Amino acid sequence: MKDIKPAILLFIIFTIICGGIYPAIVTCFAHALFPKQAAGSFLTDESGKELGSTLIGQPFSDAKYFWPRPSASGDFGNNPMASGGSNSGPTNPDYLKTVGDRVMVLRDSGVTGIIPADLVQASASGLDPHITHESARLQIPRVAMARSVSEDVLIKAVEQATQGRQLGFLGAPRVNVLVLNLKLDRL
Amino acid sequence: MNMYEWLQTILLFVVLLALIKPLGSFMAKVFQGEQTFLSLILAPCEKVIYRISGVKPEDEMGWQRYAGSMLLLNLALFVGLFTMLMTQHLLPLNPQKVPPFSWQLALNTAVSFTTNTNWQAYAGEQAASHFTQMAGLAVHNFVSAATGIAIAIAVIRGFVRRKTSMLGNFWVDLTRCTLYILLPISIIAALLLVSQGAIQNFSAYKSVPLVQSTNYDKPKFDDKGAPLKEAKGNPVTENVIVKEVQIPMGPVASQEAIKELGTNGGGFFNSNSAHPFENPTPLSNVIEILLILLIPGALTYTFGVMAGNTRQGWMLLGVMLFILIGAFGVLQWAESSGNPLVAKLGVQSINMEGKEVRNGLAGSNLFVVATTGTSCGAVNTMHDSLTPIGGMMPLSLILLGEIIFGGVGSGLYTMLAFAIIAVFVSGLMIGRTPEFLGKKIEVREMWMSIIVILTAGVTVLIISGIAMITPQAVASMANPNAHGLSEVLYAVASIANNNGSAFAGLNANVNYYTLSGSLAMAIGRYVPAIAVLAMAGSLSEKKYIPPSLGTLPTDKAPFAIWLTLVILIIGALTFFPALALGPIVEHLMMVGV
Repeated sequence: MKDIKPAILLFIIFTIICGGIYPAIVTCFAHALFPKQAAGSFLTDESGKELGSTLIGQPFSDAKYFWPRPSASGDFGNNPMASGGSNSGPTNPDYLKTVGDRVMVLRDSGVTGIIPADLVQASASGLDPHITHESARLQIPRVAMARSVSEDVLIKAVEQATQGRQLGFLGAPRVNVLVLNLKLDRL
Repeated sequence: MNMYEWLQTILLFVVLLALIKPLGSFMAKVFQGEQTFLSLILAPCEKVIYRISGVKPEDEMGWQRYAGSMLLLNLALFVGLFTMLMTQHLLPLNPQKVPPFSWQLALNTAVSFTTNTNWQAYAGEQAASHFTQMAGLAVHNFVSAATGIAIAIAVIRGFVRRKTSMLGNFWVDLTRCTLYILLPISIIAALLLVSQGAIQNFSAYKSVPLVQSTNYDKPKFDDKGAPLKEAKGNPVTENVIVKEVQIPMGPVASQEAIKELGTNGGGFFNSNSAHPFENPTPLSNVIEILLILLIPGALTYTFGVMAGNTRQGWMLLGVMLFILIGAFGVLQWAESSGNPLVAKLGVQSINMEGKEVRNGLAGSNLFVVATTGTSCGAVNTMHDSLTPIGGMMPLSLILLGEIIFGGVGSGLYTMLAFAIIAVFVSGLMIGRTPEFLGKKIEVREMWMSIIVILTAGVTVLIISGIAMITPQAVASMANPNAHGLSEVLYAVASIANNNGSAFAGLNANVNYYTLSGSLAMAIGRYVPAIAVLAMAGSLSEKKYIPPSLGTLPTDKAPFAIWLTLVILIIGALTFFPALALGPIVEHLMMVGV
């Protein structure tokens, strides 16, 4: 079989090209052009210490913080080492009970009216850093009371942490929860 | 849909259509050995590669040798990856010290990535080292994609060439595809993704402090690693307070680009393209959808150019687009109608379970149909959590046989098999000679086409049927009742059609699924590929019959409509009973009929 030699050699050559040279080229250009993004879009404090990534959501449950979306990641919510969704089907009784419990928690915190879906349904990655604008707004009274600050201050903070549609029409407007909460702690 | 979602959807398809002609004609040039603007740099590289590997580029191959070379290369890919997965703890670039795969999981994963399926029964951030991801999995993303495209090109040559048994040289097609098409587009796409926030580095995982610490109940284990249980049988747990978390790092963007472009779909992370490091912004989301559809779409134009009839290519593309957009419409309707059982609890009536806020509904749904219409299988949405009718759309797109754009290459050749069936049936009905592109369709072509379109379907029905009576397979279901059946059906359909996405609640890392899955992936990939090459071999030997009054025109709207009907009827006849018991029953349960 004269084709055995090319099969093995081309496999090795392509491993070198696609598995070595290609990622090396991409890494070099990425670090030259977009160093911050390539490293993980980390937020740092004045001393340069990493506080977290703007792309990776963190768990919050204190009344004084804005709450993120529910997370179904492994072990605990927003665990970056075990990303994933709940994979619950829409008629699963356990899932419906979980959503019901989340609704109760929000009601206890003083939320009235129809609750935005993203605030009680788990994200796909379990790390979703964003909530919708609506979901942020309806948490303002609770956070204001817990922090004893006026709602106007928080409205302003939420507006500042809101990203609009990308290029004016792509995706959905959203609020970065970690960025917002870090800002609150520095108020 | 709001105005923005309409705009996003329409612009996505406009950009896609605008790219199809330039890329399609570029690919035609590449595979016909013509000069392109990249030849200046790449032609010398190509020569060196041929010299080292002992390939004679002018050497033409008949279908048997073409298929044999393809199988040999795939065998090398399989053995290489299997070995790497079993020994990754000994290899470099393993800062997290991840252990080797079990043999069942290594077998499953090696077959999965070699066959362009990228079914993943492991979680990337926990189970795979940087070296495995980069030198193993990413390489397979390139080469398995190039394999599919090469086969499609050989099949096109079968239609175009006359009175010869030669279909081209597999090694040349493979090399040119990788060098001229996959690598340049991947480099550009990877950098675009990095600009949006996809990571690209070789760092060890980073520890960051949590602003507010969290806690969870961690199960305790005995010395042998078995979970400890108290007298009543409940697991013993201890409450752990988490003050900092580890954030995984790695060469993600370079892998993400080829994973979408080559319709592979195997994620760097467990949550795949839903993970913010893989798909950070709405723009990156649109770029990824475009990458998924780009090559399968453009290949229809390449086909048109090489066959000397571009209308024929547009006709195939039209059929694909029609079904894809139809499925998107239904999915978008289902997801924005939401889940009445959740709405009853006082929640806004759209389904956001398993979706990311930044992508929005349309961005999530477009990704769902793109990734399942093609055999990509990357996900930015957890398909398991779609509404029943919504979830039936990706399932149906997979069950149709991965032809709605389909896998790179495999989509086109499977679609051509459907076209041959359509020509034959219409020929019987209206009494015209069955001819396609000037080649007479005879018994051998019919046999091969039937094998191509039925292999995956038959495999799906058998393996999911056996799963239903296998206790281990049933115990893997994460959701009860009708939804559990949907999970199994989806898993097997995805495996046998080389898609790789999942209703991921199902625990697929049990022997039944890893082993039967490995077999199904190999059957679903190689049986149709060999059959279609055999068909190309016999077609190329035929003489050309110029169209006459008795020829059915296959590049006009009536044939496109007919082909669409044939596809839908074959799909419905094969799978309607299974769909009725899964998603349709669940929908009726959900709306409370």
